[in-house]
Amino acid sequence: MSDFVHDGWSLYIAIITLLSLIACAVLLKALSTRKLSKGEQAGTTGHAWDEDLQEWNNPLPGWWMWLFYITIVFAVVYLVLYPGLGSFKGYLGWSSVGQYQDEQKEAAATFGPVIDRFLKQDVTVVAGDPQAREIGQRLFLNYCAQCHGSDAGGSRGFPNLRDGDWLYGGSPDSIRTTISGGRNGLMPPMGAAVGGGEDVRDVVHYVLKIAGRTHDGLRAQRGQAKFARVCASCHGADGKGNPQIGAANLTDDIWLHGGTEAAIAETITKGRISQMPAHKDFLDEGKIHLLTAYVLGISGQAGKK
Amino acid sequence: MLEPAPNNAPTAADVETSLYEVRKKIYVRAVSGWFAGWRVALVIATQLVFYGSPWLVWNDRQAVLFDLVARKFYIFGLVFWPQDFIFLTALLIISAYSLFLFTAIAGRLWCGYACPQTVYTEIFMWIERFVEGDRVQRMRLDKSSAGARKIGLKTLKHGIWIALSLWTGFTFVGYFTPIKVLAGEVAAWSLGPWETFWIFFYGFATYGNAGWMREQVCKYMCPYARFQSVMFDPDTLVITYDAARGEPRGSRSRTADAAAQGLGACVDCNICVQVCPTGIDIRKGLQYECIGCAACIDGCNQVMDKMGYARGLIRYSTENAVHGKYVDTEIPKHVVRPRVLVYSGLLVVIVLVFFGGLWLKNPLKVDVIRDRGAMMRDAPGGMIENVYRLQFINTDESARRYSVTVSGLQGLSLMLALPVEVPATTTRTFPVTVRGDPSLLKSGSHPIMFHVRDVERPDVRADESSRFFVR
Repeated sequence: MSDFVHDGWSLYIAIITLLSLIACAVLLKALSTRKLSKGEQAGTTGHAWDEDLQEWNNPLPGWWMWLFYITIVFAVVYLVLYPGLGSFKGYLGWSSVGQYQDEQKEAAATFGPVIDRFLKQDVTVVAGDPQAREIGQRLFLNYCAQCHGSDAGGSRGFPNLRDGDWLYGGSPDSIRTTISGGRNGLMPPMGAAVGGGEDVRDVVHYVLKIAGRTHDGLRAQRGQAKFARVCASCHGADGKGNPQIGAANLTDDIWLHGGTEAAIAETITKGRISQMPAHKDFLDEGKIHLLTAYVLGISGQAGKK
Repeated sequence: MLEPAPNNAPTAADVETSLYEVRKKIYVRAVSGWFAGWRVALVIATQLVFYGSPWLVWNDRQAVLFDLVARKFYIFGLVFWPQDFIFLTALLIISAYSLFLFTAIAGRLWCGYACPQTVYTEIFMWIERFVEGDRVQRMRLDKSSAGARKIGLKTLKHGIWIALSLWTGFTFVGYFTPIKVLAGEVAAWSLGPWETFWIFFYGFATYGNAGWMREQVCKYMCPYARFQSVMFDPDTLVITYDAARGEPRGSRSRTADAAAQGLGACVDCNICVQVCPTGIDIRKGLQYECIGCAACIDGCNQVMDKMGYARGLIRYSTENAVHGKYVDTEIPKHVVRPRVLVYSGLLVVIVLVFFGGLWLKNPLKVDVIRDRGAMMRDAPGGMIENVYRLQFINTDESARRYSVTVSGLQGLSLMLALPVEVPATTTRTFPVTVRGDPSLLKSGSHPIMFHVRDVERPDVRADESSRFFVR
């Protein structure tokens, strides 16, 4: 892709570059004086400093002059081989993108065999392999820990991956799909659908009730009907959620956006949008496989505790 | 603006016709004696260490190995990591102060006996003498026209030189690539490009410097050669020609009475010039080219012995002694002087610090990196959590197990399966969750400490600070 709007600019820059080179050569030629013959004395520059300090005007040594000519020759050779002359690509066809891709190929050739070995194994087998866990941890710390935390414990808005609770299901295939394709979690704002502020509070207390938390019994009773009408379509009549659409299980007392009364009320009123970005564009199959196994492994450990 | 005065203008005499002097080849005459014996001993000692140490084995690995790719540097029982760079600094400072001290006491001892340039030149001259014969034979050979014998001898000499140079290059690379692996690669003709380059580069440098460049390296290239003279003072031992005793010089018959002929002790045999590896005449006094090899002392002493004169016409003496400020026997008394005391004092301190540091070197290093994604998060039971990465560096050559505790705030608990195990000479990262009770803690950022202990060796420990955030 050329950065120039019009091809003429490329030509303009190329001509300026070439003219500069020629000008350098001409300047050099003009300034190089003839060699002194034996015994001949060079003149002075004609200036005097500090009353009698003068400077010889000897010709530049030949080897010195030649170094300058060599730089000009170097520039010409460089401009023929590498990009630099306007939008001319150079005969070697080098580009920084090409170099980057070459280095990626080299890295793939080095690490490919290690990862390919795991790619042939089932995810559950890989999850138990200590070497795979080490690689998986490094990948996790690189690509996942910024949101999910180094210990995969998550934080507000970013799911805890160790608690055995899954918005989109915890099977190896669902985890892989989540990592490679990403997820768009959407809880629509339901304040109006539920009713006013008091109606929202009723639903909050019903939600607290099914989560097994302390609640106001009367409010929960009032909220139950509204929950069945508005919320159950996604979260299910029993409130256990729906992994097909990422609707949260409301009965397990695990709260992605906070479990206080105020936080739940805000979730219902304003809704929540969360996004898990897709990783398939910059992680290859092998790395996603290892990450899937790693996440599966740590969630299993958490389950045992 | 003043017009230049014509009488001050540069004249033709000021113009330098050429800045380049063609080197006159120096044919060094072999010499034997006390100092030459020391040089042979030091050449053998230094080269035994250089050629030998890569082959030693320690802990089932090469005893001395600088693994640049893994950034681990093994020296016998010690493993250095890039974090231990300070030890290299200390070693270089010790080397520098040793150079200062030895030079202040007895001149360019380093140049004369231990410098690789001297050592390899010496070895190359042994080979040269073995192949081409002594000084006179070598000069005759070079003057003779090219013939089968000349070409044969020259080929043999350069052949041995190149073989030794390549072996030197191979040994050098053997400090960075395990030398037995390297030997296998050489045998299988499967050297990597960089290994090949360095073997040939180091080999070429050895061949060029010790075979061809020789004293020119000392005279024109070496910065140490120049700045060592700064360490000289009038009490520094230097190689000196005793002009008062030697002059007027002149040849005479062994039986003649020199005093009667009005001659000094110098028989003007030129041996001191012929044995000099830098081609100077020590009788002209101390010169910057002198590398302090003392070959002229050995050479002159042999002549003095033959003449039946006392030894020491050329000897180690000081400027003050030569000028008669004190006699030679009093020189040892003048060794102790402020300059020497300061150098020795500093050297002792740095050496003590260096070895103390090695003795106390902690085989465990810990870094705590706080998670930046979230300040804190809620945990079940109304608790709050902060997340950290604990990075362990185990520089020991055995797997170690560590316990971790945290302190600094009331009621903190650490969510980490203990003890953690770190394999030998490995870095491991452990994500750590620290849980606190917000009802016990004030809002804000609080300093906390992680304490890491080796389970089997309680003296191996590391304490690292971090922060704990409370909403």
